[in-house]
Amino acid sequence: MLSSQIKSNEIVFGSCNKDLLEEIIFYGIGLGADFVEIFIENTDNSSVLAEEDFITSVSPSFGRGAGIRIFKGEKDGFVSTNDLTKHGLMRSVSQAIEMLDITDNKIEVFNGLNKHRDYSLPKKKWINEVPSIHEISEKLLVSTKSLKKNNKIITRKGSYSRNLQEVIIASSDGTYVSDIRLHQTVGLNVIASDAQYRSSGSRRFGSSGMPNEFRLWDHEKAANDVYESSMNMLYADYVDAGQMPVVLANKFGGVIFHEACGHLLETTQIERGTTPFENKLNEKIAHESVTAIDEGISEGSFGSLSVDDEGMEPEKSVLIKDGILKKFISDRAGELRTGHKRTGSGRRQNYSFAAASRMRNTYIAKGEHSKEDLINSISEGLYCKSMGGGSVGATGQFNFAVEEGYLIKNGKLTSPVKGATLIGEAKEVMPKISMCGNDLELAPGFCGSISGSVNVTVGQPHIKVDSITVGGR
Amino acid sequence: MNSREITTQISKAADFLNLKKWDYGASFSNDYSVQVDKGEAKQLKASQKQILTIRVWNQSNLVGITTTSDISESGIKKALKQANIASDFGNKNETTEFSPLAKDPIKVKEVKKRNPVGIKKLLTLLRGAEVKLIESHESIKSVPYNGLSESFFERIYANSEGAFRSYSKSQAALYLYARALEKNKKPRSSGSVKLGYGADDIDIESCIKEASNKTISHLNYSSIKTDKYLICFSPESFLTIINAFSSMFNARSIIDGVSLSNKNSIGEQLSTEALNIYDDGLHEKNISSSPFDGEGTPTKRLCLINRGRIENFIHSESTARIFKTTPTGHAGLGSKVSVSPDWMVVEKSEEKFDLKTSLDHSTYEGEFVYIEELNAIHAGVRASQGSFSLPFDGWLYKNGKKISIESATVAGDIKYLLKNIVNIESSQEVTTSGISPHIWVDELSITGDA
Repeated sequence: MLSSQIKSNEIVFGSCNKDLLEEIIFYGIGLGADFVEIFIENTDNSSVLAEEDFITSVSPSFGRGAGIRIFKGEKDGFVSTNDLTKHGLMRSVSQAIEMLDITDNKIEVFNGLNKHRDYSLPKKKWINEVPSIHEISEKLLVSTKSLKKNNKIITRKGSYSRNLQEVIIASSDGTYVSDIRLHQTVGLNVIASDAQYRSSGSRRFGSSGMPNEFRLWDHEKAANDVYESSMNMLYADYVDAGQMPVVLANKFGGVIFHEACGHLLETTQIERGTTPFENKLNEKIAHESVTAIDEGISEGSFGSLSVDDEGMEPEKSVLIKDGILKKFISDRAGELRTGHKRTGSGRRQNYSFAAASRMRNTYIAKGEHSKEDLINSISEGLYCKSMGGGSVGATGQFNFAVEEGYLIKNGKLTSPVKGATLIGEAKEVMPKISMCGNDLELAPGFCGSISGSVNVTVGQPHIKVDSITVGGR
Repeated sequence: MNSREITTQISKAADFLNLKKWDYGASFSNDYSVQVDKGEAKQLKASQKQILTIRVWNQSNLVGITTTSDISESGIKKALKQANIASDFGNKNETTEFSPLAKDPIKVKEVKKRNPVGIKKLLTLLRGAEVKLIESHESIKSVPYNGLSESFFERIYANSEGAFRSYSKSQAALYLYARALEKNKKPRSSGSVKLGYGADDIDIESCIKEASNKTISHLNYSSIKTDKYLICFSPESFLTIINAFSSMFNARSIIDGVSLSNKNSIGEQLSTEALNIYDDGLHEKNISSSPFDGEGTPTKRLCLINRGRIENFIHSESTARIFKTTPTGHAGLGSKVSVSPDWMVVEKSEEKFDLKTSLDHSTYEGEFVYIEELNAIHAGVRASQGSFSLPFDGWLYKNGKKISIESATVAGDIKYLLKNIVNIESSQEVTTSGISPHIWVDELSITGDA
C-alpha cells in the first residue's frame, strides 16, 4: 500500500514528493481517468520601475498553486487550486473527474512514477546570484539618466522584471520531473515631444536561465538606440497607404511570422479547424527561400526551457523547410486530438492554465543576402526597422503596427514615416517572402494565447516581402 | 481564513514586525468554465484562486508592497516582511496615503445572489447554443471560439485605521464566435458576447442570434478602396476607441507625461457641444460593477466630458492630492497605484446643437462605412501620441447596398475624430463595456486592398 509510505501530507518544494504524487495519481486513475497530470508551481517574482531619475515602484510577489488535468478519451478536465495539501489535491482530482462525468469502470494501468528527473539541481543557486533590488535600481537609474540627451525627451522609463518559477510535474505515464526557470527582462521607453510633434521609442531585452545577464546588459547602447529611434520618428510624416514591397528588419521583425504563421502551426488551431495549413503537410506553403524553425534549446534565449510544462524535453522543430510545411507544434492534447507528435511545446503561464501547444524560440532561418541587397532591389517601398505589436483575427488576417519606418526610393532609405500598419494573411504573404538576409537575430517577447502569457523569442534575418498592404493616412 | 480573520492575522503580524500603518486588498474566487467542439465537451475548467496585496508604510512613511497567493499565517508574515523590505525603495517624490474616503458609505447594488449552476448545466447550455448556432445558417460550419463560464468572488479592502469593506458577487459570461465558409470564398468569422449575474440570467438566444446574424452579414464581402470616408461607429466600436484613449481623462497618465491632456486641460473643448461622456461604474446595466476601488474609495458616477469640454479627471488618492481634489474611485492597488476608468456612458446632451440628424445608421441612404468592431487595440493605438490605425469589421453602404469590408484599417487622430463628430444618434445601446449611441464622424482614412 502506497499510503503507508507517505511521508508528508503536503507538497514541499525541494523535497521528494513522489509518494504523495503517486497516491494522488492512483486516486484519479482509480476513479476512471485515462490520464492524470499534476503541475505544481512555486514562484518568486520582483519588478522594479524607474521613471525619470527616481525608482517609483518595487513590486515583489510570491505564490504557489497546482493545476490538475484529467483526460478521458479526448476530453479533459482541468482544476487549479492554491491548496497543496493532500486533501486539497485529491479534492481537485475529484472535481475534475466529476466534471468529466466519468462513469465507466475501465481502469488504466499506472505503474508508479519513473525515476525523478531533476533539472533544478544546478539551478538552485540562481536565486542567490540574481541582482538585488538595490543593484537593479542603481542600474535602471543610470539607464534612464542615459536617455536624458536633450529637452525634447519628456518621459523616460526603465523597467526590470524577474520571474523565478520552481515546478514539479508528475503524470500517470510515469513522468516525474522538477525544474527551476529564471526569466529576466529589462526595457527602456521614451516619449519625445516638440511643439505639436510627438514620438516614442522602446526596446526590451530578456533572457532565460542567465542570472548574471542583467549585469552584462549594455544600457548605454540600449539607451542610444531608443533615443535615436524616437528622434528619427519625431518629425516623421504619416505614410501613404497602399500596396508596396517592404523590407522587415531582423530581430523583432520576426513577430509577424510568429503571429501570422507560427500560431497557425500550433495543433490547437488544427483542433479548432482555424488554420489554412491543416492539410498542407509536405506541401509548399511559402517561398522556397523560407525555412522556419521553432525550438526551445538555444542557451539563454527567452523561449528556451530544459523541460516543457508537460515534462518533455524541448526539441528543435523545423516547421518549414525551403517553403515546404514539415511539422506542427504539438503538446499532449494536440497529439491526442490531431495525431501530430509532441514537440516539447506544452506550455502555460502558470498553474491556473492547462498546457497547450505554444511556440518557444521561433524564427526564419538566415539566407544569403545582405540587408543592402534587399533594399537595393526595391524602387519604391517601405523599410520597417522596428515593429510594434500586432494581432491575428479568427480567419487568419493579421495587422501589425510599424514603430519605426522609412520610405525606400530607388534602392535607398529616405525619409522616416509613421502610422504604418502591415495588413495581410499568412497564406498569401508567405509565398511573397522572396529574399532572406544573412543577419539572423532573435528578440524576446511575451505571447498571449489559450494557455496565458508565455516567454518567447521571435526572430529572423532581414526579409523582403514582394507586396503587402500598408495601412496609413 | 475569512476576511475578518485575514484582517486580524495581518494586524497581529504587523504588530509583531512593529509596522504601524498598513492596508491590504484581497480577492477570492471560484470559477467554472466549459468549451465545446461539435457537440462534445472539449475542456472543462474549475479554479479556486486567492490573491492578497499588502502595503506597509515604514518609519519614513515610504510604502512597500507585496502580492501573494499564499494566505496562510506564514504567507501573510512573509508578505509583510517583503513589503517592509520593499518600503526601503518607496517613492520619495510622490507619497501615498490612505484614501480619505475609505470609510465613507458605499452604494452596493442590490442584486440577488446566484448559486453555481454547475459544470454539467453549463455544458448542456453551451452544447445547445453551439448546435443552434451551426443550424442557424448552412454556411456556418463551426463555432471554433466558444465558452460559458460562471465566477463567484469576494473582494476586500481594509487598513490599519479601521477601514473595512467587502463585497461578493457572481458573474457569468457566454461567448460564441462562428466560422462561416462558402465555396470559393474566404472563411468569415464573427460573434457575440453576453454577460449576466449568473448563467441563468444570460440571454443565450440573443447571443446565438447576434453571432449568427453578424457572421452571415459578412459572407458577401469585398475589398474597399483606400480613401477618406464618412464613418458611423457602432456603440461598441465608439466605446472601444474612447476607452483606448481614456488616458486623456486619467490624472495618473497626465502626471506621467503619457496623456494628451495636461493639468490645465479641464475646460478644453474636445468635441461638439452635443457630446457628454460619463464614467459610471455603478450603472445598473454594468454587470461587473464594484462599489469601491483598490484604495477603498467609493465608486461613483463622474462626468468626464460635458458639452464637449473636459469636465473631470479620474483619480487615485495620490493624484487627487496632487491635483488638490478628492479621489474618484478609480484606483488599482499596486506599488505604483494605477488609475483606470470603470464603465463609460456616452450620450447626446439635451440641448439642440448643429448635428446632421439625417445621419441615422438605419435609414441613411448615402455612402458611408459602418464600423461594427475595432480590433488589435493593443497594437494599433498610440495613446500618448493620439494616433490610431486599427483593423475593423464593418460594411460599406453604397447605392442602397451593404457589403462587408474585407481586411481594412481605419486610421486617424483621436482629437481629430472627436472634433469631426457630425452626429450623435439619440438611441443608446448597452454593450459589455458601456453605453453609447451610434456616432458619426466625417473624413477618416480607410486603407483597403482594392
